Amino acid sequence: MVDTYFLSQGLTTLAGLLLLPFGSLAASQIEDQAEQFFRSGHTNNWAVLVCTSRFWFNYRHVANTLSVYRSVKRLGIPDSHIVLMLADDMACNPRNPKPATVYSHKNMELNVYGDDVEVDYRSYEVTVENFLRVLTGRIPSSTPRSKRLLSDDRSNILIYMTGHGGNGFLKFQDSEEITNIELADAFEQMWQKRRYNELLFIIDTCQGASMYERFYSPNIMALASSQVGEDSLSHQPDPAVGVHLMDRYTFYVLEFLEEINPASQTNMNDLFQVCPKSLCVSTPGHRTDLFQRDPKNVLITDFFGSVRKVEITTETLSLQPDSGVIESSYKKDQMVEDLMEPLKYAEQLPVAQIIHQKPKLKDWHPPGGFILGLWALIIMVFFKTYGIKHMKFIF
Amino acid sequence: MAAAVRLVLLVLLLLGPGVWGQAEPPRDSLREELVITPLPSGDVAATFQFRTRWDSELQREGVSHYRLFPKALGQLISKYSLRELHLSLTQGFWRTRYWGTPFLQAPSGAELWAWFQDSVTDVDESWKELSNVLSGIFCASLNFIDSTNTVTPTASFKPLGLANGTDHSFLRYAVLPREVVCTENLTPWKKLLPCSSKAGLSVLLKADRLFHTSYHSQAVHIRPVCRNARCTSVSWELRQTLSVVFDAFITGQGKKDWSLFRMFSRTLTEPCPLASESRVYVDITSSGQDNETLEVYPPPLTTYQDVILGTRKTYAVYDLLDAAVVSTSRSLNVQLKWKRPPENGYIHYQPAQDRMQPHLLEMLIQLPANSITKVSIQFERALLKWTEYTPDPNHGFYVSPSVLSALVPSVVAAKPGDWEESPLFNSLFPVSDGSSYFVRLYTEPLLVSLPTPDFSMPYNVVCLTCTVVAVCYGSFYNLLTRTFQIEEPRKGGLVKRLANLIRRARGVPPL
Repeated sequence: MVDTYFLSQGLTTLAGLLLLPFGSLAASQIEDQAEQFFRSGHTNNWAVLVCTSRFWFNYRHVANTLSVYRSVKRLGIPDSHIVLMLADDMACNPRNPKPATVYSHKNMELNVYGDDVEVDYRSYEVTVENFLRVLTGRIPSSTPRSKRLLSDDRSNILIYMTGHGGNGFLKFQDSEEITNIELADAFEQMWQKRRYNELLFIIDTCQGASMYERFYSPNIMALASSQVGEDSLSHQPDPAVGVHLMDRYTFYVLEFLEEINPASQTNMNDLFQVCPKSLCVSTPGHRTDLFQRDPKNVLITDFFGSVRKVEITTETLSLQPDSGVIESSYKKDQMVEDLMEPLKYAEQLPVAQIIHQKPKLKDWHPPGGFILGLWALIIMVFFKTYGIKHMKFIF
Repeated sequence: MAAAVRLVLLVLLLLGPGVWGQAEPPRDSLREELVITPLPSGDVAATFQFRTRWDSELQREGVSHYRLFPKALGQLISKYSLRELHLSLTQGFWRTRYWGTPFLQAPSGAELWAWFQDSVTDVDESWKELSNVLSGIFCASLNFIDSTNTVTPTASFKPLGLANGTDHSFLRYAVLPREVVCTENLTPWKKLLPCSSKAGLSVLLKADRLFHTSYHSQAVHIRPVCRNARCTSVSWELRQTLSVVFDAFITGQGKKDWSLFRMFSRTLTEPCPLASESRVYVDITSSGQDNETLEVYPPPLTTYQDVILGTRKTYAVYDLLDAAVVSTSRSLNVQLKWKRPPENGYIHYQPAQDRMQPHLLEMLIQLPANSITKVSIQFERALLKWTEYTPDPNHGFYVSPSVLSALVPSVVAAKPGDWEESPLFNSLFPVSDGSSYFVRLYTEPLLVSLPTPDFSMPYNVVCLTCTVVAVCYGSFYNLLTRTFQIEEPRKGGLVKRLANLIRRARGVPPL
């Protein structure tokens, strides 16, 4: 009895000992899964791409924005989740030798405009006010859905801005500016209204680093094409089009993004290395102190791609046409129509009717100051010349 | 159990004739057509029309099942109680003088006009919301439409569809001339089509060809139409039209031959499976006239003749749903070829380069008999540098005369005689045969007065500057350096002063 008891206890301890390593293995597996679950906490992706320059010689800014649009669409973000703002129309500009195209590379290699493009804010609609309204969500109720940023607290948003800028400001359409303080406050409003989970801000202008200096909201990562005091330079002119096609920083970012596909594991540290000073002439900068995760754990596709929950099934579904519904309601219509009298089309130019139309009476407005002054002058001159005695004959 | 089975059988028999009775027409249908018209000026106009007809009363029933009719527009009609909607986006201008009368012209920019139903209480509010929603659907800045550019016409713009009373207070019209049309407007327009751009005529809608044109107009028209000949009920009709005019000279390298592939860089492969009709019409009216030999390839199986816009026209019809049309080569590429070389056989143009070479324009023209042919060229005057003017610029600048070299048919054929034997005045130009003679004529030189600057400007500038300097500097100098003394005012008028002068002359003390 006693030995069996001891044997069983030994067995249980042995089993327990064997279970322990299994348990720890299982626990680490669960930990891995849990870490992956918390790695990227976003459920949807949005992109706000803004080009702020007008006029033909700023062709490169539109090409910059469209190349980021193209990459973002290619990696999976649909048009309904992209707000594209272009301040001028380059593709159908009368000065464009190849209409409906915007090229990013000389020799017309890559048409970033493409055949399937939806511009949400164009021409005069690209203003500082509209941009801030899009970001903060304070939009008039009649704005259509395609012009709204309908993000929530699990959205990762990519914001790309390009144009002409300076130390602390970005110029919109050569007539107004947005300062870095306004931008930082807008992002804080977004954070307080829980409109983003993580935000990536990229700016390609002169002295771009000044625009992210003032950010103070959490979970923002920022990249700029040049430091304060440096100018961002353009890449190459094209003799056929006649203007510079792209800016250097965005050109190399586009080259980098062309190699990314929706499943790639490239992280943000590679994006920080994209345009060294030898290629870009200016020094690209970045800011990650507000971001909670380590940049080497942040995938490029967290911001440039899209989360899509896809379930693949191998069984087929056959759809039956529901002709029963259509036929029954058609019969109902046929019964009703027999009771009504025939309708007719309107006459396009009923001359007799138009001639005899009574015009609307215009509202009577009292005469303005000029007319009154003129009449007073005339009357004064008359009475001064001919004397006041004539007044009793007038009135 | 048996009773239930018998009941089921009875029910089935009752439903039988209902379900498989005479073929009911479908509730919505799509017709697509493309009309290609060679224009008198040598250009080619192509007009696409896609018509979706939907036999449904949108107002009465709450519709939620959309098949061919796009849901975005159907919801628009029911939400804003629209009776008609016409929206067009156009780039360019239809030149009626060179191109003839258009089927449907639209103003440059964006034009939107709509008739609302009688049940709408606040038309202006609905109009504003409608323009905002349309700006989102078509990616155009239609949200700029407000009271400053909206009018209510009182006599024109009568409804194009069925109407039972035309109270113009339910009509609104607005135009945005600054609006640009580009691919971002074409993309959502194409997505409204049932076959999108995958099959049928819409495969030809490629943006890079459609915008490389002299005129591009796309429109959406929604209106109620009669459902049948009795016209007792209403169907909704959606027409999407797209008109383009291709510049034959730029895109066709000067030849008047064209084909679908050359215009659109695509050919037609199959009709849209959802379309009940899919046709291509080519205007071949001029093929029957004198001296015009053109041929359309592949030869049409049917033709269509009718009086269109006042004149009798003949059209070659290619029905894509007819298997014989697309069968042989699996793709349809309609080509138009001129059997003879066309009138403008040769054109050579070399534009000028400033201060390096002049313009050169050479044309070979065949003149029709008993007619007057006018050739005109437009030019602009530019401003020269001030050193490039001649001493007498107000005389003007000369443009060298044009040269006309012509082979004129002789009334009487001449015998080509021996060169040495004939008199000198007959052997100036060598003649190959006597049926026509060669002549070279010149026009007058053109004297053009260019805007001349005012060359006396330096003189004026010097005078003005000197005056200003003298007045300002001189005054300051005087103020700073002169001393001032008080002088007793002299009493007396002019007469006294004159008397004093005489007294001084006499040597007598003054008054």
